[in-house]
Amino acid sequence: MIRSLLSGDMPRSLPLALILGGILACLALAPFLFPGVRTVDTAARICIFIVLVASYDLLLGYGGIVSFAHTMFFGIGAYGVALTSIHLGRGFDAIAIGALAGAGFAAALALLIGLFSLRVRAIFFAMITLAVASAVAVLVSQLSGLTGGEDGLTFKTPRELGPAFKFGKETFGGVLFGVKLNGKLLAYYFVFIGALVLFLTLLRVVNSPFGRVLQAIRENDFRAESIGYRVVYYRVAATCLSASVAALAGSLYAVWLRYVGPDTVLSMELMIDILLMVVIGGMGTLYGAIIGATLFVLAQNYLQNLMGAASELVQDLPLLPELLSADRWLLWLGVLFILSVYFFPTGVVGRLREKR
Amino acid sequence: MSDAILTLDNVYTNIAQYHILQGVDLVVPRGAVTMLLGRNGVGKTTTLRSIIGHWRAHQGCILFDGEDITKLPTPAIARLGLGFVPEDMGIFADLTVEENMQLAAVSGPINSARLDWIFTAFPPLKTFWKSDAGTLSGGQKQMLSIARAMVEERKLYLIDEPTKGLAPAIISTMAKALKDLKQQGSSVLLVEQNFAVAKALGDSANVMDDGRMIWSGEMAELGRDAALQERLMGLSMEAH
Amino acid sequence: MSAAPEHAPTMAQATLADRIGPYMPVLLVPLLALAGFLAIMNPASWLTLTVSGLAMGMMIFIMASGLTLVFGLMDVINFGHGAFVSVGAFVGITVLMALGQMTAAPSLLLNLGAVLLAVIGAILATGAMGWAFEKVIVAPVYGHHLKQILVTMGGLIVVEQLIIVLWGPEEIYFNRPEALKGAVTFAGAAIEKYRLVAVAVGLAVFAAMRWVLRRTKIGLIVRAGVENGEMVEALGYRLKLVFVGVFIAGSALAGLGGVMWALYQEVITAHMGNHAMILIFIVVIIGGLGSVEGCFIGALLVGLLQNYIAFIEPKAALISNIALMVTILMWRPMGMIPVVKAK
Repeated sequence: MIRSLLSGDMPRSLPLALILGGILACLALAPFLFPGVRTVDTAARICIFIVLVASYDLLLGYGGIVSFAHTMFFGIGAYGVALTSIHLGRGFDAIAIGALAGAGFAAALALLIGLFSLRVRAIFFAMITLAVASAVAVLVSQLSGLTGGEDGLTFKTPRELGPAFKFGKETFGGVLFGVKLNGKLLAYYFVFIGALVLFLTLLRVVNSPFGRVLQAIRENDFRAESIGYRVVYYRVAATCLSASVAALAGSLYAVWLRYVGPDTVLSMELMIDILLMVVIGGMGTLYGAIIGATLFVLAQNYLQNLMGAASELVQDLPLLPELLSADRWLLWLGVLFILSVYFFPTGVVGRLREKR
Repeated sequence: MSDAILTLDNVYTNIAQYHILQGVDLVVPRGAVTMLLGRNGVGKTTTLRSIIGHWRAHQGCILFDGEDITKLPTPAIARLGLGFVPEDMGIFADLTVEENMQLAAVSGPINSARLDWIFTAFPPLKTFWKSDAGTLSGGQKQMLSIARAMVEERKLYLIDEPTKGLAPAIISTMAKALKDLKQQGSSVLLVEQNFAVAKALGDSANVMDDGRMIWSGEMAELGRDAALQERLMGLSMEAH
Repeated sequence: MSAAPEHAPTMAQATLADRIGPYMPVLLVPLLALAGFLAIMNPASWLTLTVSGLAMGMMIFIMASGLTLVFGLMDVINFGHGAFVSVGAFVGITVLMALGQMTAAPSLLLNLGAVLLAVIGAILATGAMGWAFEKVIVAPVYGHHLKQILVTMGGLIVVEQLIIVLWGPEEIYFNRPEALKGAVTFAGAAIEKYRLVAVAVGLAVFAAMRWVLRRTKIGLIVRAGVENGEMVEALGYRLKLVFVGVFIAGSALAGLGGVMWALYQEVITAHMGNHAMILIFIVVIIGGLGSVEGCFIGALLVGLLQNYIAFIEPKAALISNIALMVTILMWRPMGMIPVVKAK
């Protein structure tokens, strides 16, 4: 049962299986284990980033292609839901239409970019996605009539997903294990289940014959081509698939936040975050996405405070307080990133599996 | 073996996971033309590339003029006095013939006496002196490749199949130029599939098979003995 | 140096398309300028825009040239190239601001002296940084594109953050030296002096680069190395050393471009290099990775187009570059002047 859910791709390491199981249990029961607005928000962000990072790993880790447009696809999904929810009125139908339209548009755009760049050389893809993603980010800021510009868009999700919606009064008195049964709880499970389904789908894809061909191409594209696989088709297909899953993750994010804006879903910083999560967790294994996203979001939320404290400790020394200031955490992540690419390119998951 | 310019002792070379050279022994005497023969794919080109350092011998020892060059970087090996004519000719197509030659003259401007000699051996190079090397014909590119090696005096010339795919008329130009080189007393290690050319030029011969040297001796002896030729190199050897 | 050819061989007549083909990229620049003229229909505005487009193009070329050569020579793609632009700008402008008395004085000589010192400072800083970057960041990942992209991107983040640590997170505004302020009027068009200077510097850099590449031995080695590095080594040249030299020179040029870009904008931010990278990438892709001439033409096209479009429809300016890239890649998938590798 578990094996077939995981598409036969078992963790293959006891510590890894325990960690993954722990994360899954925490996320599944987050509203009950860690009640509190901020902690549940953190859990929801972890769920969404796991999907986003896993979809990126399909490209980077399995396809061997670097893209800088992943946030663009993420943003397309988010804006899709926001726009339909505003223009079609709040409702699950609006969310579904927005999410599907976003995923379709993202796939079409990925197809175009892929056909243009991947047929020549894979590094073109990295450069072109960087250019296109920046242009789109600028465009979104400029077309304020449609997108709300820099301010973004606030919108309403179905009433059932809002904090004002209460349920279970008759059976549980509106409270279960001390947690209020309201729409926010439902919204969390909407995100959690959505993320779980998307992740398992991706797991199925990478363990399908398609996924194996992608890995063969990553190892030696010349040989894969000469066996008879059209490398370009496979790479473009992976790009489209990855883009549409990223867009769906964006839709989940929009539903959770009930807001979209260029800084939250399109920024270059977010793109760098994704890269870090993939590399830290481990490229070429979707379980890396779970570990990477969890570690990163937790670190983002709690490590910054720690750095702030450290900075205060050394405030009389020259330069050090500046280096340790909470705002400079990207500096240390950058250093960590370079070191991980050099010294442990297989990430946390790779390390855990080695120790087996 | 004091008069050996180049000695390979039990050289092993791998390319990726493939073991191409499996203990090659080779002695190239000074002032003579040494032939390296064998069927396709037995490791002749790999032997030359291991000498110049494009591929690394991971075991064994290569001595050039008394110096161990096994682990030296390619440029340092070349500067010891090796002229290399690769199988693919290695022409710089975007550079003119003149620029190709200037680049090959590592230690300074081209010596005009040597250039005259090259022009006599390969007249087309004079004609196309200012043209892009990419516009030359296959035979002319091969001439340029050899001329680049000859533009300065080298202690040893490594030449990989200079007659491959060329018209008979050009082959004889090539053979004549190599004979010139030989008459000047240069040391040459020559890979050649054309047995007539090999017979005309070679002093000694070495035959490879499957990454090893299977026969070494006088070229004349091999040239006389048809049965030996067939045993060593199969029937594929064409005798023009 | 040696005997001239005795006779010039005649070639068969090529078709018109075949003969124009190689010059087509060069012709695109005047063609685009002409198209711009037809679209704008106002000679004075057109002239102003053309000069500013050329100035922008020259600056992009200076920033991008190192990137394209480094790729051509060693197959190294440096996503951190923009870091040199930022560092060049910050070091240069810091020097310039320290020389406030020289820049404020109404003396051309003092002004230019200050700018020259700023440029030298920027070039030295970015050249040294290029050397360190090559050793620490790039050298361990030769021959591995995926890791190169990741690691150099990481390098860019670290450098950007270090700039913020050293100079603070705020953007820094400053004034151009007196001599570079203002405009000259020519045929009814106001042309900023600084843009003319930028065009002149750009042309000088391009000419110098071509001279080095065509007329010196080191240039021969670089050009040959772009095509077939293995053979250059077999001739006895240490290509790795040449490459490090090119990397340093390319970084210094990016630093020079950074100072020029900063003087053009009159504001610097830590992210300016990252932003410049977008245009730089478009330029090297449409030019043909590895080709200096292609990079030059591509930069001019991007500069001109961006200025014309910004005049006609401001919001479309950034998209226009993407459209240009798409069009050129449809025409020539490897860029305008593709560099053919022997291997």
